Amino acid sequence: MKNWKSKIIGGGLRVSAFVVLLILASIILYVLVLGIPQLKPTLFQWKYNSENVSMMPAIINTLLMIALSLTIAIPLGIGAAIFLTQYKKEGAVVKVIRMTSETLSGIPSIVYGLFGNIFFSTYCGLGYSLVSGALTMAIMILPLIMRTSEEAFLALSKGLEESSLALGAGKLRTISKVLLPSAMPGIISGIILGMGRVLGESAALIYTAGTATGMAESLLSPARTLSVHMYALTSEGLHMEEARAVAAVLMVLVLIVNFISNRLGKMVGGKNE
Amino acid sequence: MSEKMKTENLHLFYGEKEALKGIDISIGEKQIVSLIGPSGCGKSTFLRCLNRMNDLIKDCRIEGKIYYNGLDIYSPSSDTAKLRKNVGMVFQKPNPFPFSIFENIAYGPKTHGLRNKVKLQETVEKALSEAGLWDEVKDRLNSSAMGLSGGQMQRLCIARALAVEPDVLLLDEPTSALDPISTEKIEELLLTLKDRYTIVIVTHNMQQALRISDMTAFFLLGEMVEYGETTKMFYSPQDKRTEDYITGRFG
Repeated sequence: MKNWKSKIIGGGLRVSAFVVLLILASIILYVLVLGIPQLKPTLFQWKYNSENVSMMPAIINTLLMIALSLTIAIPLGIGAAIFLTQYKKEGAVVKVIRMTSETLSGIPSIVYGLFGNIFFSTYCGLGYSLVSGALTMAIMILPLIMRTSEEAFLALSKGLEESSLALGAGKLRTISKVLLPSAMPGIISGIILGMGRVLGESAALIYTAGTATGMAESLLSPARTLSVHMYALTSEGLHMEEARAVAAVLMVLVLIVNFISNRLGKMVGGKNE
Repeated sequence: MSEKMKTENLHLFYGEKEALKGIDISIGEKQIVSLIGPSGCGKSTFLRCLNRMNDLIKDCRIEGKIYYNGLDIYSPSSDTAKLRKNVGMVFQKPNPFPFSIFENIAYGPKTHGLRNKVKLQETVEKALSEAGLWDEVKDRLNSSAMGLSGGQMQRLCIARALAVEPDVLLLDEPTSALDPISTEKIEELLLTLKDRYTIVIVTHNMQQALRISDMTAFFLLGEMVEYGETTKMFYSPQDKRTEDYITGRFG
């Protein structure tokens, strides 16, 4: 009787795993099979025009957007995590910060877009620009990076801190030389998730970084990222084949980013094994 | 024999709860002192007073005096970092930093300002040799300390503590997480370290106290019931409670 039950449950679990795999694999295959044949050299020309609909400017913009938003979000996120785990461990302030960050991570990205549009683009006068987009993205991924960093610090054994202090090290040195490096693998996984969100974001960026087709020449120029580019091509409906090619490139880019960050994580955290 | 550390009427409170009730003890130089007693008797708490590790604990208050080389370690002019450099500590659970073996040992000396590469190298080798670990790890100084066995990790932690050149070493049940062979190695190591260091060790293992220590202090419910030469204490305890404990009637 028992054996019979466990067989059914085991079978059910296997089926669900298989279905998940099937869905993922078919999406990836679908995107690559439709997209790769559409790739052609003109899509990678340095300058965009309505003839070649080159995605090169969008690729560069995407990389700039990721770099800039991470530059803003990483120090803030890690700093807040250190404050919450090493300095102010309890109390009303901590509760408020935690609640805020949890709420923020549940807000739809379009809301961030509208906020960024009103605050950064309009009120601060930054317009549709790389920097408006990056600031908005930074706010969006901040809770993610903060929470994962916080978890990483909380997971560290108390013994690490005590050993460092017992050697006569001060609090600051203990945090920067022992706790931060020890928490790095966890922090990096948060950063990877953040990168993924910037890479895939379109709604929030349309309202803040704009849809102009050129490569960003300064922080204040508009910058259409790959996801936005793809959205624009599809909604215009004139270049569906090229949009498919963009999807394939975006997919490959995601894989590359994940691969590099994994490598980086292993290099920094490799000493951890 | 000169006196290395001394406490006078030491009381410690966790909030309202009194965890140490007036401890007077004198620890002689280059001796091994064992602190024994049942769980919760205050022996670890007492040990952590000696290098001010209890400072980290919220609502922890201390009354009385603790002297290191005749200087009051809780006086406002006392430098905690310097005290901890002189009075090193090894914890119950081996807890190497997730760095290379070399970096684990070099961390302490670097903390105290040693930058010279050659000197660092020498210090690391000396500390590892003192801890009896050099021959086992000399070919893999740059690999992670997390790859060592439990016993090796604990000896690494001892080496890490020795690298800042302390003269007192506090050990909080250093072998309770280790197998018998690793335990034996650490005990042998402590006996060789006795020539140069004053050692205070908390242990649950009475055989261990008997094997390695010169003096033993028996703690019970926050009081130090008896303190004296180890063999005397084990073979002719003065207090009934000590006798009951070491003969296994409780604890």
